[in-house]
Amino acid sequence: MSIIVDKGTKVLVHGITGHQGVFHTRAMKEFGTNVVAGMTPGKGGQEVEGVPVFNSVAEAMAARSPNTSIIFVPAPFAKDSVFEAVDNGIKTIVIITERIPVHDMAATVEYARYNGAKIIGPNTPGIVTPGEAKVGIMPSKIFVDGHIGVISRSGTLTYEIVDSITRAGYGQSTCLGLGGDPITGMSFVDALALFDKDKDTDAVVIVGEIGGTAEEEAAEFIKTMHKPVCAYIAGQTAPPGKRMGHAGAIITRGKGTAESKIKALTAAGASVARLPAEIGELVKKVL
Amino acid sequence: MDLIEYKAKEVFRKYGIPTPKGVLVKSHSELTRVEDIAPKVVLKAQVPIGGRGKAGGIKFASSTDEAKARVSEMLGMIIRGFKVGSVLVEEALDISKELYLGITIDRSAKDHLIIGAAEGGVEIESLPDGKLIKTHVRALAGLQSYQVRDIVSKYPLNAEQQKALADILRKLFTLYVKEDATLAEINPLVLTKDGRLVAADAKLSIDDDSLYRHKEYERVESDLTPLEMKAKQKGIALIQLDGRIGVIANGAGLTMATLDSLEIYGGKGGVFLDLGGTDDPERVTEAFMLLQEANPSVILINIFGGITKCDTVAEGIRNALSNLKKRVPTAVRIRGLNEERAKEILRDAGFVPCDTMAEVARTAVEMERKLGG
Repeated sequence: MSIIVDKGTKVLVHGITGHQGVFHTRAMKEFGTNVVAGMTPGKGGQEVEGVPVFNSVAEAMAARSPNTSIIFVPAPFAKDSVFEAVDNGIKTIVIITERIPVHDMAATVEYARYNGAKIIGPNTPGIVTPGEAKVGIMPSKIFVDGHIGVISRSGTLTYEIVDSITRAGYGQSTCLGLGGDPITGMSFVDALALFDKDKDTDAVVIVGEIGGTAEEEAAEFIKTMHKPVCAYIAGQTAPPGKRMGHAGAIITRGKGTAESKIKALTAAGASVARLPAEIGELVKKVL
Repeated sequence: MDLIEYKAKEVFRKYGIPTPKGVLVKSHSELTRVEDIAPKVVLKAQVPIGGRGKAGGIKFASSTDEAKARVSEMLGMIIRGFKVGSVLVEEALDISKELYLGITIDRSAKDHLIIGAAEGGVEIESLPDGKLIKTHVRALAGLQSYQVRDIVSKYPLNAEQQKALADILRKLFTLYVKEDATLAEINPLVLTKDGRLVAADAKLSIDDDSLYRHKEYERVESDLTPLEMKAKQKGIALIQLDGRIGVIANGAGLTMATLDSLEIYGGKGGVFLDLGGTDDPERVTEAFMLLQEANPSVILINIFGGITKCDTVAEGIRNALSNLKKRVPTAVRIRGLNEERAKEILRDAGFVPCDTMAEVARTAVEMERKLGG
């Protein structure tokens, strides 16, 4: 078992003919992911890495029945691409694209929610279930099949944390990047709930960073969980970021700092590491 | 990007939100423009920071001569490190009441949040939740009439004033959506003694990621240091801090974690640079040279190459070194794709590569101590 992606995942790559699309289609296939189709308007009929390319999601759906989309299209067109996936019945959509306007994301996330689709990202390295499927751009080599769930807001820092878990002798059930943008589809709480129910996951590691209140909300949820949680929060020494006016201060009410997040997580019973490399040892302790 | 007050007010006026009558004075030769405004005026230094009132950035004058003299003094003044390049001269409002109205992105609810309050001013943040009027607006649905009625009914205003507030709220929301704002705030929203509602201040932040469809906003990055600006123009994320250890890492999270590690071992990051996803040796060389300009006493390099190829990053570092006359002590750790080849290149260039992030942080701190700390 695992969460969200597994052997049954059939991937449609949006923007497959672009530089990133080609590169990562190859990497996903090498990982063993079942990439069934690609789409780029106007490029239908071509093949990329042996994967047939279609002009639209509807065409790809009719011919190859994908159940998961990965979005590589440039930011100005990303919203349209996600709506197209949702309208064609795709229920899991991973948005790799970065720098999508936040208003576009607010609308996109809401549309997906209305239609019962799950969005991961944007600006995410994607999701990996070792030995089964990778829908993303994470380096394949660092993962080992195992029983630790990983949820992260970061990119390279995730790789560092996974490396630490692997070095301590543990593998990962699924590793999920939430994405670093202000509005993302899945949040820590959504992913924690899935891991808590997953039979193949024994403990969860969360990698947070300063800004927003997602880690504080995760802490509230951790109190109700059956499985142990370890955490690392980046930005403990970062200078205070720019203020988002009075409205921003009213929303966060003193939350959002590394201190506030670490305090909330510790109080909820999570084990918090000071350094990324300590995560592996913490996992050993809680199991 | 945050718009400076006079710019934000220009946008407000474009959408029909009432602002005080005013002129922008940019130099001493423009002082006569003050005469167009009422004798009683407010003088506001246009600097990109909050809290300028307490720092002498807001003054009052009750005659045209006094206003001219004051504006003269203010031009060129330094407020919290920012030189005053222009002063906004506005009619002084006859204030009956100060209110608050703001719209921003709510990251947790993943929608828009309107915040209202019957009290305005700098103390707004300390108001208890019970005194705030909070309304979530769904991005696809947009602002509904019942929401507008509900919000304005909670302000202590008469029927006519409530109508004026409803009009301002609708316009502010339209502006917020059309301009891709992440914050549109009026604080204070002034009720004048003659019963008008006027946006005495205006705060507007535009989503940087939306600027491709808002070409009209010139990028003003005036709160950056010259080196930060130079880096930005080259598309490199560089930030200057107080410490003396320069840090190069890839990815925002990893960069932050590296700075945190330094502090755990008793050091402090001085300037840091996020290479992002690049492994183009020329870009790496360019980044390394930029970091040198900040004069760090020690350099720490921490790369975790997932997609980024470590060996080409190492090549970039080696090439940068060959351009330098004086070599700064450098601690380096590089892991991931093509790691072995990268380590070889670095050893040949005279480095002793570290294996972990903790080790490289400790090494950098020790190097700094040896320098005579």
